[in-house]
Amino acid sequence: MTRFIVRRLVGMVAVLFAVSVVVFVVFMVLPKQNPAQSLAGKNATPLLVENIEAEWGFDDPLPQQYLTMMEKLFTGELVQYEPRIEVDDKIIEGIPATFSLTIGAAVIWLFFGLLLGYLSAIRAGGWLDRLLTGVSIAGISIPVFLLAPVLIYLFANQLEIFPNGQYVPFSEDPWEWAKHLILPWVTLAAISIGFYSRVVRSNMLDVMNEDYVRTARAKGLGERQVMTRHVLRNSLIPVITLFGLDFGATIAGTAIITEAIYDIDGVGLYAAEAVEKFELPPIMGVALYGSFFVVFMNTLVDIAYAYLDPRVRLGESASE
Amino acid sequence: MSLLSVSDLRVGFATEDGVVQAVDGVSFDLSPGEVLAIVGESGSGKSVTAQTLIGLTRAKNARIEGSVQLGGEDLLSAGDAEMRRLRGERIGMVFQDPMTSFNPVYRLGNQIVEAIRAHRGDVSKEQGRARAVELFEAVGIPDAKRRVDDYPHEFSGGMRQRAMIAMALALEPEVLIADEPTTALDVTIQAQILRLLEQLNRERNLATILITHDLGVVAEVADRVLVMYAGKVVEQGTLDEIFYDPQHPYTWGLMGSLTRIDRPRPRRLPQIAGQPPSLLDLPEGCPFRPRCPHEFSKCPQYPPLEAKLPESPGHCDRCWLSPEEKREKRLVEGQIGLEAPRA
Repeated sequence: MTRFIVRRLVGMVAVLFAVSVVVFVVFMVLPKQNPAQSLAGKNATPLLVENIEAEWGFDDPLPQQYLTMMEKLFTGELVQYEPRIEVDDKIIEGIPATFSLTIGAAVIWLFFGLLLGYLSAIRAGGWLDRLLTGVSIAGISIPVFLLAPVLIYLFANQLEIFPNGQYVPFSEDPWEWAKHLILPWVTLAAISIGFYSRVVRSNMLDVMNEDYVRTARAKGLGERQVMTRHVLRNSLIPVITLFGLDFGATIAGTAIITEAIYDIDGVGLYAAEAVEKFELPPIMGVALYGSFFVVFMNTLVDIAYAYLDPRVRLGESASE
Repeated sequence: MSLLSVSDLRVGFATEDGVVQAVDGVSFDLSPGEVLAIVGESGSGKSVTAQTLIGLTRAKNARIEGSVQLGGEDLLSAGDAEMRRLRGERIGMVFQDPMTSFNPVYRLGNQIVEAIRAHRGDVSKEQGRARAVELFEAVGIPDAKRRVDDYPHEFSGGMRQRAMIAMALALEPEVLIADEPTTALDVTIQAQILRLLEQLNRERNLATILITHDLGVVAEVADRVLVMYAGKVVEQGTLDEIFYDPQHPYTWGLMGSLTRIDRPRPRRLPQIAGQPPSLLDLPEGCPFRPRCPHEFSKCPQYPPLEAKLPESPGHCDRCWLSPEEKREKRLVEGQIGLEAPRA
């Protein structure tokens, strides 16, 4: 198992290296425009552009340029030039808000996705299943930019139960933190709850036809045990894959719209602003940050997969 | 005194196209220590019969009639909770494909412990595990202590089927139902598994129901045989009666299509022409009629299951031909078989 994990981690580093090369090529090599000009921003003075050219070594051979870029990334010298702001500071600043939003939403969507999917599956064809199917499809169909204003209108403006967005750090006031995040959580989780409950339901219905489920019944297990220990447990394996990818993608990008609508000062909002103003350094930084989480979650999924399905784990060690 | 008594069992499933009568009037008695083989093609109702005994066919669209008595207790009217207690505890079941019949994500030993603890809540996990080791030893799995902690995919097919049998016996049931227990295995392993079932049947005085389509398997272990076709019993008797004096043309067909080492090799292995009928569209009268070369004017009436030979009152069949006609018609080139259909 340790070997398996080490191999996955090595693989992860390799993928991240590839991603960084792609970022370098896309931002520094391909554009016809002088990269120093892009880095400096729209209204930069010729002097600033010249300074950046020297600082980034754009006269050096490409591999050297790549190394310079990576060095800047890792030493926190990737900066926005007007005004001069360090990109990694901004990203680190935004991480608590973004993580509060995405992790909270992920917990909600996993919990309700599994619960609704489970209830649908064990009552397949019944009225509860039909009702939950309707709810799921509604959740999948309503886009975030529609759901969010509706929630804000209902719960913040009309009923005044929850505040209308903003972020309060957990360390400041946990109660206010949660209160401010509930609407964003629900907004971000809604699509996934619908989607996950459909996936769990259909996986469970497939697993119910497996021979080992019949065996479980034949040995006298109660229906609930059959459903949880055998059907649900085995249905989760593909769900974990999906979750890893979705969660990584949410951190890396999907949360941007929600952050923007609820004015949550996270990495997503920072990225959105950077794109709007075409600020190259933050776009590069956020791209690498996002791809890191996607790749990292993928690695976690692989490891979780091996934990959940012994065939993966042992198949791996047997081939070594 | 019989332990398990099934009488006029009928199992039908309502479908969009009508009722599929999967089992149509099956009756038999089974005593401790006895091996009853139920033989038939796919779709003949043999597995449905077996699964109905432990309530696995209970479904909204199922209609189950008749009676199944286990030691005086009626199983068909037993509630779901009562049925659950009976499963594993009094009736153990072994399924066809040991590759897919264990949950791949749990250790084999734990799956046995789970079976034990479903019925005996007071058994600790350690006690359960010790019992699993004992059972593994009893079914001939070497290095049992270590191998109870293996996952199903670490076992070969034959070993997995042994583990399956161990699990079925975990609570010392009185009845063991083995549904095609050797079908998915290599021929060499098949013989080992049959030896094991035979040995357990003797040692533990189990009442065993063996479901198979393989007459070779039947010949190895069965005491009595029930031949099913299209949900109906077409012939029943002792092993010798069925093998040496088969009365129903369908049984002849099964016998004729066996490969035999003690007979001259046929140019081509004989087969029964045609397909089993759809259960939604059975012919009038004898269900085997469309495939039978000996069909005559009486066949459109449904023949009763009757004993027709005075010397063997337990040997019944469902065919209108007289015993004399049968003795003559079942000989194909000097051996028992079914003639090729008339053009």
